[in-house]
Amino acid sequence: MKGLKRGATAIVGIAESDLHAVAPNMSPIDLMAQATRRALDDCGLKLSDIDGIFAATTQARSPTLYLREYLGIVPRYADNTMIGGSSFESHVAHAHAAIQNGLCDVALITYGSTQRTLSRAASSPREFNPYESVYKPFMPTTGYALAASRHMHQYGTTREQLAEVAVSARKWALMNPRAWEKEPLTVEQVLNARMVSYPFTVRDCCLVSDGGGALIMVSAERAKSMKTKPAYVLGCGEYLSHNSISNMADLTVSGAAHSGPQAFQMAGLKPSDVQAVELYDAFTINPILFLEDLGFCPKGEGGRFVSNGNIAPGGKLAVNTNGGGLSYCHPGMYGIFLLTEAVRQLRGERGEAQIPNCNVALAHGNGGVLSSQVTVILGSDATV
Amino acid sequence: MLDQKLQKSPYGTFIEHCKQGDLAFQVCTDDNTPVYFPRVIAPVSGSPNLEWRVSKGLGTVHATTVVHAKDTPPYNVALIDVDEGFRMMSRVEEIDPMNVKIGMRVKVRMYPGDEKQPPYPVFVPAEGAK
Repeated sequence: MKGLKRGATAIVGIAESDLHAVAPNMSPIDLMAQATRRALDDCGLKLSDIDGIFAATTQARSPTLYLREYLGIVPRYADNTMIGGSSFESHVAHAHAAIQNGLCDVALITYGSTQRTLSRAASSPREFNPYESVYKPFMPTTGYALAASRHMHQYGTTREQLAEVAVSARKWALMNPRAWEKEPLTVEQVLNARMVSYPFTVRDCCLVSDGGGALIMVSAERAKSMKTKPAYVLGCGEYLSHNSISNMADLTVSGAAHSGPQAFQMAGLKPSDVQAVELYDAFTINPILFLEDLGFCPKGEGGRFVSNGNIAPGGKLAVNTNGGGLSYCHPGMYGIFLLTEAVRQLRGERGEAQIPNCNVALAHGNGGVLSSQVTVILGSDATV
Repeated sequence: MLDQKLQKSPYGTFIEHCKQGDLAFQVCTDDNTPVYFPRVIAPVSGSPNLEWRVSKGLGTVHATTVVHAKDTPPYNVALIDVDEGFRMMSRVEEIDPMNVKIGMRVKVRMYPGDEKQPPYPVFVPAEGAK
């Protein structure tokens, strides 16, 4: 993004809160606080070091106010940016700007959700749109299904290719002790699962989890004195294209076609420089669109690109190495977990699922119905 | 005109047309751009010069899905490219929802409203309609 300096900040602390199905009556702010403390312990900072708060959840309109109260921190800088699941990639870009300009020194980015406990309808009520709601689209699934129908029509993408995305994610999840799903999955199982919004069965759709996470960001200079290996912010790109799916200009081209080039330009890198690719996979069409739009394969080739285990462990490109929103965890807004996984890959902490010599990792967030796209490129100290 | 209080909302005017059986949209008279959903000012230019028009009601299916919900048979949700140059969400009726295909020609029909829900536009197949 214009005005941001490559490598000026780093993510130094990361953590998940409790995940999947949390204790009864936990609040989303409880989960944020738990993840915050774990992320501080990860990097060796104290709660009182935090002077910038960036947060979003569907269950609180002003989470920075909740956090100011709950944590007892008076932020010098606060940002409630809410653009759906990509909010946390956006927070990284905004925190980078704030730290680079001295508006805060230690930024907390955090998320919490109890949507599995409360139900999706109760935790994230749909906004009424008089030009759409009357047709009872099952949102957000129907929005992505409409986009998938166009991709299938224009490029011959098949339900089997969509299913390959879910199958690959499951293979990665089986290598992640934190993942919710523990059993293997086949293409046939995806195709024969309960239909939700054609062409998607329930196995083409992300999990419905509780959970939260936290990231701690500081300047590159300060990052050197932390106890963890810094994940430097090399590039950020952000693009808002629409709110409702009927207003998406081209259903086969997402805003990642803008956010990706912005992030790569800032980083001075190209897709072939990335070793770990973490893409927001709320639905199986997403990684197909994002691989194309971010430049990992030509437009229209995504379906073929994800086939034959090419994005599974041992494949051509390591995509969604934690198991993704499809098989690891998806509490409504998945974006923060793309970043935690990207950082773990750069640190070399991923055990069986570790990408060898991983120095550049990409986290691509998506929000709404393909509405907001935010790309963050992170690098190890070999890249700065 | 920008200083005057609006007596009707864009959606209010849209509903009035629906009640008369018409699918209405706006055109920005500065450059003849169709505008849908209806707005107070035109997007991009910011022009207040929006004029209401009634569509001939013909369009083409741009994207389609079938929603499987509890307690109701599967139903269609589609995006329709209306001939006057705008896209809208709707559904195609009178046909198995799985047989709604991209590129299919369709014609608008007003779905009757009730006390809670004003009438709203749906589509039916219009084979042969150019």
